[in-house]
Amino acid sequence: MENHLKTLRAARNWSQQDLGDRLEVSRQSVNAIETGKYDPSLPLAFRIAELFERPIEEIFVSPSSRSSKAI
Amino acid sequence: MSRFNPAQRRYNRSALILSAVYAVLLVGSITYFRNIAPTGIAAYAAAILPALPIIGIFVAMGRYLVEEQDEYVRMLVVRQTLWASGFALSAATIWGFLESFELVDHIDAYYIAVLWFGGLGLGACINRLTLGSSASC
Repeated sequence: MENHLKTLRAARNWSQQDLGDRLEVSRQSVNAIETGKYDPSLPLAFRIAELFERPIEEIFVSPSSRSSKAI
Repeated sequence: MSRFNPAQRRYNRSALILSAVYAVLLVGSITYFRNIAPTGIAAYAAAILPALPIIGIFVAMGRYLVEEQDEYVRMLVVRQTLWASGFALSAATIWGFLESFELVDHIDAYYIAVLWFGGLGLGACINRLTLGSSASC
């Protein structure tokens, strides 16, 4: 799933490891989510949203909204 | 900082201890059969003993999957174990039919477990090739 995690993380000058430590997940998990190779569960998505103090839909791009824009 | 999380450390420790116990029990059972040649229940018990720590490693893997808090790493290990199971069961099925038609020699069934452990390595390689990462344990 496309997302803005990398931009949000970079804005805070956090490394992937820093973000992983804050979310209590591994650096490789952060990398997999950032690169769209892994879609986080709803609880983890909420933890990410709460950490960045933003609604989930501002961080993760809904696949359905992307396809409707493409049409 | 350790590269292993607490669940991975517990699994690694369990697997190491159980492997050592397996080696001791295997040597013990072989020695027992060679020197005493047990019969009846004692023979069955001595023959099954080396299997128990191997079963313990399967249990440790199951416990690890329950305890792993990092959902992405857990998914990697689940994929690994699915590849291992598919690989071992497929190889056992093929060998079974080859053996039935007397095209190959008999192989002891416990080699399926050996194939399963080898399949974990295969699963890790496939994870790395398809997802770019594999679990550390």
